[in-house]
Amino acid sequence: MLKKKWFLLLTLVFALGLLLAACSGDDSGEESSGDSNAGEDSSDNSEGSDGEEKLAADQTFDINIKTEPPSLNPGTASDTTSGAVLDQVFEGLMRINQDGEVEEAMAESYEVSDDQKTYTFKIREDATWSNGDPVTAQDFEYAWKWVLNPDHADTDYAYQLYPIKGAQAAKEEGASLDDVGITVEDDKTLVVELNQGTPYFLDLTAFYTYYPVNHKVVEGNDDWAQEASDMYVTNGPFTLESWAHKDQVVLKKYEDYWDAETVKLETINMYMVDDANTALEMYNGGELDWAGDPTSSLPLPAIPSLKQDGSLNLSPLAGVYYYAFNTEESPFDNVNIRKAFASAINREGIVQSITQREEQPAMALVPPSIWEENEEGYFEDNNAEQAKEYLEAGLEELGMDELPPISLSYNTDEAHAAIAQAVQDMWRENLGVEVELNNEEWNVYLDSMGEGNFQAGRMGWLADFNDAINFLEIFQSVGGNNYTNWESEEYSDLLEQSRTEGDADARKEILREAEKIFMDEMPIAPVYFYTNAWLSKDNVKNIEVSGLGGVQFKWGYLTEE
Amino acid sequence: MAQTQLKDSDFEPLYVDENEAEKIAGESNSYWKDAWRRFKKNKLALSGVVVIILLGIMSFIGGPISGHNYFENDLLSANKQPSAEHWFGTDNLGRDIFARTWYGAKISLFIGLMAALIDLIVGIIWGSIAGFFGGKVDEYMMRVADILYGVPYLLVVILLMVILPQGLWTLIIAMTITGWINMARIVRGQVMQLKSEEYVLASQSLGASNVRLLFKHLVPNTMGPILVTLTLTIPTAIFTEAFLSFLGLGVPAPLASWGTMSSDALASFQYFPFQLFFPAFFICLTMLAFNVIGDGMRDALDPKER
Amino acid sequence: MARYLLKRLVYIVVSLFLIVTITFFLMQAAPGGPFASEKKLTPAIEAQMNEAYGLDEPLHVQYMNYVVNAFSFDFGPSFKYVGQDVTDIIARSFPYSLILGLEAIFIALSIGVLLGVVAAVKHNKFGDYTAMVIAVLGISVPSFIMATILQYIFAIKLGALPVGRFDTFWHSILPAVALATTPLAFIARLMRSSMLEVLNSDYIKTAKSKGMSQKVVTYKHGLRNAILPVVSYLGPLVVSILTGSFIIESIFGIPGLGSEFVQSVTNRDYTVIMGTTVFFSVLLLISILIVDLLYGLVDPRIKVTGKGGKS
Repeated sequence: MLKKKWFLLLTLVFALGLLLAACSGDDSGEESSGDSNAGEDSSDNSEGSDGEEKLAADQTFDINIKTEPPSLNPGTASDTTSGAVLDQVFEGLMRINQDGEVEEAMAESYEVSDDQKTYTFKIREDATWSNGDPVTAQDFEYAWKWVLNPDHADTDYAYQLYPIKGAQAAKEEGASLDDVGITVEDDKTLVVELNQGTPYFLDLTAFYTYYPVNHKVVEGNDDWAQEASDMYVTNGPFTLESWAHKDQVVLKKYEDYWDAETVKLETINMYMVDDANTALEMYNGGELDWAGDPTSSLPLPAIPSLKQDGSLNLSPLAGVYYYAFNTEESPFDNVNIRKAFASAINREGIVQSITQREEQPAMALVPPSIWEENEEGYFEDNNAEQAKEYLEAGLEELGMDELPPISLSYNTDEAHAAIAQAVQDMWRENLGVEVELNNEEWNVYLDSMGEGNFQAGRMGWLADFNDAINFLEIFQSVGGNNYTNWESEEYSDLLEQSRTEGDADARKEILREAEKIFMDEMPIAPVYFYTNAWLSKDNVKNIEVSGLGGVQFKWGYLTEE
Repeated sequence: MAQTQLKDSDFEPLYVDENEAEKIAGESNSYWKDAWRRFKKNKLALSGVVVIILLGIMSFIGGPISGHNYFENDLLSANKQPSAEHWFGTDNLGRDIFARTWYGAKISLFIGLMAALIDLIVGIIWGSIAGFFGGKVDEYMMRVADILYGVPYLLVVILLMVILPQGLWTLIIAMTITGWINMARIVRGQVMQLKSEEYVLASQSLGASNVRLLFKHLVPNTMGPILVTLTLTIPTAIFTEAFLSFLGLGVPAPLASWGTMSSDALASFQYFPFQLFFPAFFICLTMLAFNVIGDGMRDALDPKER
Repeated sequence: MARYLLKRLVYIVVSLFLIVTITFFLMQAAPGGPFASEKKLTPAIEAQMNEAYGLDEPLHVQYMNYVVNAFSFDFGPSFKYVGQDVTDIIARSFPYSLILGLEAIFIALSIGVLLGVVAAVKHNKFGDYTAMVIAVLGISVPSFIMATILQYIFAIKLGALPVGRFDTFWHSILPAVALATTPLAFIARLMRSSMLEVLNSDYIKTAKSKGMSQKVVTYKHGLRNAILPVVSYLGPLVVSILTGSFIIESIFGIPGLGSEFVQSVTNRDYTVIMGTTVFFSVLLLISILIVDLLYGLVDPRIKVTGKGGKS
């Protein structure tokens, strides 16, 4: 069979006149056919055991992470690709478990003070670094304070540590690092003081900016995370075996991990293939065990057929895709006009025909994976009648007869372009407005959005942690990630109020009220809530895709096919 | 049959005006006229012209006769196979590919022709002057070209897109800013090679001016490589546009060009091959046409084949 | 000759300086910066980053630093890939592009010249048409479509070659062929046209009438002269092929220099932009010099002298 294919290939090669391929000997040909299947378990013919799962002998898992991880130092990482590697090789005080709940990881136990402001963590006795050193409270202190040191650049995610008392002051206002609320009581006890009660603080300690580093190895050597070397000491379920930049990262099981019993995968190969179609074909050809989110993506046109044959896996992702209105410029300075545009979008249509990953139409800000109520939302999707009413009211308030042409901006991307063109058509159809599309290269786009140089522009937000406040606080004041120029004292007050509210239900009540105000003012038109979409081989089990765009291999294993 | 006897009186001396002695009786054929005459004889080249004209006509009437326009979405009939309703099928937004193909023809042909024309003019002037005068002039002119070639092209394009209004002309300027260099280099090489030929020396010693030498003798003789380069400039321009739209610097949506249509369709090639087929087919057809025209022109313009 | 070379080297340095200068100001003028991201930095942290990377210095100081760095080939660390040295990035990605590029040039040159000569010798015969159809197809199909189709046929349908990545020689075949298509077609056409011209010229006719065999005339006399336009096209081509193609590299998932270069621009990764630009320019300028020297070798009528061969 293989020979036949080779023959066919060579014929075609000749036909194309490819002398090079034709001249080279075919002895290396056999090698290559072996090579392309290397690392892949060829046990197709083994008996499938019904009921009881049998672990495959070769626990090697292959996945695509799309690009070079920009940083494998947890202190300087700020992107999902780096996160996908770091989450396997490091471990924080806590970890999000398979049920999506925080559980103890490096910390054996923790105590919270009555005012919710002080956390005391006990670190596991059997937690060790990959060089044999025990994991200590000092390691956490060193790692966190390293990030908060204003002399250390590239710490984009330092703000993740700002709930800690004095953290922001130390990083941004020149206060001393000694005043930061991180105290080492003894080698295994870490006390953290917060500015105020932060109900999601334990979630945060599972995030990579909160990971420890081995201070004995790393101290005085800020370049430790450049390569997979002796210096790259880790404490997670896997270790960094090799790192061929821009090509491949290899992880190996860490045998002395405190919970090594749970960890089944022996080797994880992470390839960096940028093209989604190529990655999908590598998956189809058996070179990958996983394709798509969260470490890479599936090509859009492949989705319908994958959905049809039932191989597509979907899970909600805490994030929202929206169009921001520039509320300082006519006509979007008028709330009725904003509402008209928001109501005139057919979200169901976009989700069904363009993005196709069973995203939920968004008529609210906070994703339903955080607040279930938001499956309904605050207004009706695709209501042309309502939109026209809003439009008339708005035009009257503005003293206009008809809308001037407006511009819709987005950054260059196939999916953004498709959605923008659909929305352009919907607005033209439902509101009779001429919409000009304005498509810019990513950096240029961010620049013009920041300058307020837009009328309506695409944006998205992916949650840093699983709490509604992460979405609501974007719009607390103008600037930062709030490009709309909209702010409201009432809204801001409610958010502040929520920060001191200790009772979870009361806090939610307050935040819901804030969201209602927001949706009443409609400075953004939400479009849909994101989902993760991926394929995995049938024998791949228990790989955890989180609602925050992360993935964990700790519990994963391969069964015999 | 009796032989005719000729007598002296049968002949009379012809009066010849000294001034008329050198007059050529036949219609004087200018270089270009001659070229056109020869070009007309080349059936293949003529059919290339016909194809281009047809494409040009279709680019104007293609949209109207399909009954669709290039921008109207219909999400419910997205990615439909070619049918009576949509002759070339529909794209991922349910837009009629037939209408988009012809709209794209307009834009792609315009971009290709304009970019090629600008490259041609700038490249010939630059290259021939550098090649002809040689020495310092050549040195400096070619170094300027090197520098332009060395500056990261993408940066230039990004900047141009920001400074100039988004649109076709900006795109064309962006493409020609380095596009002419190849042309200039080839013309220069040819001119350097030709200027030591005997006919040039002859013309020079007869007192022909430099401009005359250049554009009457040298440039026509370099037409072969120039035309080959030119026929390649057009596809390069069409593809460069596709590459730029890949990076978000191409024609703004929902405008269509063959380049954007095929690069968009590329991702769905395995699932909806017809979306790639039509724009790619017309790109190939256009290229083929330009190539046979180029060949025909090369043969027709070559002074040596007179 | 030595004087000529020296002079050209001086020009190279001057050109390089101008390229660095222009690139620096283009970079500064392009909107956005290396630290822009969807999740904005707080102003204080952004200020710290600017300070750490020297972006808070006045423009002329930054400019001086860049020029000095560029000429000492020490560009510092990348902005995007934290702590990775630009020289390391180039050193690790260039070999991929180099290997692919050499394969592609080999394919394009050997087959292109062959097709061109065949077409010219068999002018207006079957051989001519076949060669030119191949050439036209090569030009008509953009490399990214070619890459996708090759991948589809040979890797996906036939399963004969790997889909992507770069491990063995076999991984390099498809990308190299895709990369070679357009230049191959270009060379074939260029070669045909100049070969035709040469074959029609008087000295060839003389040689023929003197009774030299067709073969000797074509290959000894014709080829040497006809290859000139190809040589002058080759300089920039070699550089652009060797430094990689963004599209081919991203389709086949190859960690080459081409994707590094494009991504550095879209990331506004200033040091990587400068590094790749200087690298590219040095290669380009040197290859142009080599082409000019080659020109002198190939064409007996052009003498490489300090006067630039003015007659």
